[in-house]
Amino acid sequence: MPYQIEISMKPEFPDALGLDVLHSIRDFGIGGVETVRTVQLYLVEGNLAEADAGRIANELLADPVVHDVVVAEAGGTKPGGGVYVVQVTRRPGVMDPVEESVKKGARDMGFELSRVRTGRRFLLTGSVSEDELTLIGKRVLANDVIEDVAFGAEPLAFPSETPRYEFRRVDVPLLDADDDALMALSHNRLWLNLEEMKTIQDYYKKLGRNPTDAELETIAQTWSEHCVHKTFRGKILYNDRQIDSLLKTYIAKVTEDLDKPWCLSVFEDNAGVIGFDEEDAVCFKVETHNHPSALEPYGGAGTGIGGVIRDPLGTGLGARPIANTDIFCFGNVDYPLDKLPKGTLHPVRIMKGVVSGVRDYGNRMGIPTVNGAVLFDERYVGNPLVYCGTVGIMPRKCVTKQPKAGDHVLLVGGRTGRDGIHGVTFASGELTDESERVSGGAVQIGDPITEKKMVDTIIQARDRGLYNAITDCGGGGLSSAVGEMGEKLGVEVDLENVPLKYQGLEAWEIWISEAQERMILSVPQDKIDEIMEVFAAEHVEATVIGRFTGTNRLILRYDGNVLCDLDMEFLHNGVPQLERVAIWKKPENPEPKRPLAVNLGPELHGLLSDHTIASKEWVVRQYDHEVQGASAIKPLVGVNNDGPGDAAVVAPKYGNKRGVVISSGINPFYSDVDPYAMAASVIDEALRNLIAVGGSLERCAILDNFSWGNPNKADRLGALVRTCMACYDIAKGFGVPFISGKDSLNNEYAVGDTTIVIPGTLLISAISVIEDVTRCITMDLKGAGNKLYIIGLTKNELGGSAYFRKHGFVGNNAPGVDVKTAKPAFDRLAAAINKGVVKSCHDLSEGGLAVAAAEMAFAGNIGAALDLSKVPAAADARNDETLCFSESNSRFLVEVTPDSASAFESAMGDSVFAEIGETKSTPKLTVTAIDGSTCIDEELSDLKESWIKPLAW
Amino acid sequence: MKPKVLILRTAGTNCDLETAFAFENVGAEAERHHINRLSEGSVKLDDYHILAIPGGFSYGDDVHAGKILAVEMMAGFAGQLSAFVDAGKLIIGICNGFQVLVKAGLLPGNGNGQSVTLTDNNSNKYEDRWVYLSCETDRCVFIKPGEVIEVPVAHAEGKFVTKDRETLENLEENGQVVFRYVMPDSSPANCSYPQNPNGSVDDVAGICDPTGRILGMMPHPERNIFSYHHPRWTRGEAKEEGDGVRIFRNAVQYVKENLL
Repeated sequence: MPYQIEISMKPEFPDALGLDVLHSIRDFGIGGVETVRTVQLYLVEGNLAEADAGRIANELLADPVVHDVVVAEAGGTKPGGGVYVVQVTRRPGVMDPVEESVKKGARDMGFELSRVRTGRRFLLTGSVSEDELTLIGKRVLANDVIEDVAFGAEPLAFPSETPRYEFRRVDVPLLDADDDALMALSHNRLWLNLEEMKTIQDYYKKLGRNPTDAELETIAQTWSEHCVHKTFRGKILYNDRQIDSLLKTYIAKVTEDLDKPWCLSVFEDNAGVIGFDEEDAVCFKVETHNHPSALEPYGGAGTGIGGVIRDPLGTGLGARPIANTDIFCFGNVDYPLDKLPKGTLHPVRIMKGVVSGVRDYGNRMGIPTVNGAVLFDERYVGNPLVYCGTVGIMPRKCVTKQPKAGDHVLLVGGRTGRDGIHGVTFASGELTDESERVSGGAVQIGDPITEKKMVDTIIQARDRGLYNAITDCGGGGLSSAVGEMGEKLGVEVDLENVPLKYQGLEAWEIWISEAQERMILSVPQDKIDEIMEVFAAEHVEATVIGRFTGTNRLILRYDGNVLCDLDMEFLHNGVPQLERVAIWKKPENPEPKRPLAVNLGPELHGLLSDHTIASKEWVVRQYDHEVQGASAIKPLVGVNNDGPGDAAVVAPKYGNKRGVVISSGINPFYSDVDPYAMAASVIDEALRNLIAVGGSLERCAILDNFSWGNPNKADRLGALVRTCMACYDIAKGFGVPFISGKDSLNNEYAVGDTTIVIPGTLLISAISVIEDVTRCITMDLKGAGNKLYIIGLTKNELGGSAYFRKHGFVGNNAPGVDVKTAKPAFDRLAAAINKGVVKSCHDLSEGGLAVAAAEMAFAGNIGAALDLSKVPAAADARNDETLCFSESNSRFLVEVTPDSASAFESAMGDSVFAEIGETKSTPKLTVTAIDGSTCIDEELSDLKESWIKPLAW
Repeated sequence: MKPKVLILRTAGTNCDLETAFAFENVGAEAERHHINRLSEGSVKLDDYHILAIPGGFSYGDDVHAGKILAVEMMAGFAGQLSAFVDAGKLIIGICNGFQVLVKAGLLPGNGNGQSVTLTDNNSNKYEDRWVYLSCETDRCVFIKPGEVIEVPVAHAEGKFVTKDRETLENLEENGQVVFRYVMPDSSPANCSYPQNPNGSVDDVAGICDPTGRILGMMPHPERNIFSYHHPRWTRGEAKEEGDGVRIFRNAVQYVKENLL
């Protein structure tokens, strides 16, 4: 007999979740709610007497010190009057890992539970209308995509069980389809274009039969933009110039030209791999999870980080994850609720959901989140961007893998459900206000503990040499993972062996489901028993689902019935190369009359409060950035541990000072002026950040992650081409190879006949291996009486700057990169830092010199006085406003003690640099204008307040 | 012979590697074992001098933090555990490990089941930040009273509360309060945020059992081993050796003097 157990906080203890929800309801603009209390509901079923249920409630589910407990028969209690009751349960098929934990706990106590169901009851007091209550239920307390909402104290119930799927072969009538019929078939399911559909049709004409549903799904998935990067591999006619593959022509070309011996595996595996020391290598991968995060921010972002963690784990024979990064772009947090495009969630809701999704997954995985950024622009309102990255470490001998014919296909980790069906094809299309309805299935909920168990055991199996190859089940599910691993061999899979979360999945659904926390291993016959023991020892599910064959065919069966028989060659190489036209024309933006302001102090305060520049401490502290005990430079630095560090440093081998520096560069605003300048700038920024803490270009590699609009539109594609051109020129110039990358296209949001297009957004992530982490420095000023130097030339480059944005302008002169002078300056600065002659260093980026100086000063609580007349500048930049706020690249502000000044100056050689001021014991930032007057004179505490306040939620 | 440490791990444990290193760093021999090895009997608690339950999210912190592992331990090894303690051996629970020890009733271990707990932070969220701890008692073998150490906390459920005032007073009278959060100048935090990062009553950050050989603490000493772990080492504020080392060294020293 089932019992409904209800757990709530005793009245004398605060109800944390309730308070959180109350806050969110107010964020949502509903002021009538006065209090929110929450009740955790469990429905447990088993052969239980009432006393047994009481024991489970009191000794397992409740904490006797803080909780009140009610055990009721099925149906539960009814709260008294005067409260609004809203109940949230997960939709059938959306798993809650808590249910398994409850079963385990009860089993340890001696009770076998057949079923457990969880839910949450919210009790609201105050005064709300029925409409408001509906909004609160559907938009704050629950997400329709994954949860059901009930208004009233509905009894919890177990979902009805679906019967096991019985095989039914479905042939799709393709042979006789005309163009319209082909496209109708593709629409909202396959997301392939007409030429691709015709190529498939031709293939089946030759075979003389129609494809099965599973074959079509497999092809669509393998040929999706997400999996084959058609845009980056396609032909492009750009301003009369023929480009055959952006990837080969620009991105991978850098790596090929530089030919660094320490690049161990690039662009071929799930992550790029570089040498760390004699024994080990490090790998790095960054992914986007944009579309899912738009619909279900918590689940989308959580599975985003969960997914990218599996990339290093699936690289070579598997790397142990040692650090995460995350970079987000959201709509403005003050976006008016009533202007929100139909079908979108408010940016605050998205941001809170994304941050907690990354937090809960990353923290539970025990991987420190060490570096990141958050940017805001109204064009991200329908398409927030969520970039997640993971760095891993592995023995050098594990860098390569090779599945062999005869090996078992071993599926390890989580069970398969309907989660994420059509995720990659969905990600390859545009979002519309219908997306939530059409693509709900594409959103997934993560279970980090299942993934953690999987990582723990796979590393053991790796170290014992128990498999020949490994890859992750990510986008495209088994189809992608098994299909790619078996590309050169051929593979047979019996889909009925795949463990399911619940019955009823059709065979093709099992094959393309993107259920999380799964890996595929290629295991030789003589190792299979031993590897199964490794997984069983820690209760990790592992199942043989097939075999690699050597026949070069992909054969899928269900209960012995063949539902897919495809030629690997056609599947992997049959996709026609796209041919597209691209155009780019420099936009003519209105140029503001200068100066925009004469009183620069308030301007500086305004910039520090720009949400993109303002402190992200609220985000950073929620991430565990020190787990694994390898942190050497933390994301927050300075006298109060709250200054904005430029890059993170970790020393992953205990007792060894060798480390990696991890940084990033992103600035989509320059795309509005020139995507070439944007790309050049973000490469420069990622490298500046890395140099600023003590990294070097010597063993430094970068990753590219493009989030772009619809590449079928010539202007979007033209901008992308320019971006790639800059990637080649600038990365080559700095001598840093690309080792991995990813693109997320079609980030456009259509509602009615308007389309919101995100600005072209390139994230560059950089990693540098350094010998000794104790040579590193941080950006906070260290002491009074030191000299302040600027490195690099300041130009009239305010186009796309935070300063222009603040005044409502974009402008036309975005910062360029003069790599010929920048590279030697970076190298010299790196050497100077390594020699120990630099006390602190900060890169100049958004908000320019004034913002950088303010940040250094308040992070160290040391005053600073700068003289603009001493700043090396181009002739047309010699005015106070430009010198303070121009965002010219390749610049740093550094602090040097008088004793080290001559060593520093000689280290910098003939690079452009100048002493422009000094540090002071008075906690103020003062800036002397060119004419000798004082143009900024601000208390550090006030400046810091402006910077801290906007996002101190 | 080196003192032997069992680092107990299970699904969701994630501070086991650095905790093992922290012990090895001071001359112990640390082995990491999954709790299933204890259940099947291939690993025996009796073979070790120190049991460490590291930080993490055991079983996802499902139900509430540390609970599922606490139930598993008490259902499976209550006898082994009490024999271990009776033999004069040591147990340390850090962060999630502290939550486990409390929910298992091993701390404060005054014989009345669970009388204290660790619940949601006052700040209502997970936070990673550095704190100052004063070492409060001469009862606990892991510390030397009077010292102040710097270590980080990283948790969402770390607010120490007792079921009543009397329980708290008893802990204080018995010298079972091991660590308190204090201000940078070592004066009492008096619940001020963020120096007391979670709102723990009377600033309690760690407690021990009446023998002083079972320690539970929310902060992470294993994250302050090297000077460069300190958040302000680039400002010259770090010592040559991280403060966290002392706790592990004291434990190992105790074993060497009393159990070997």
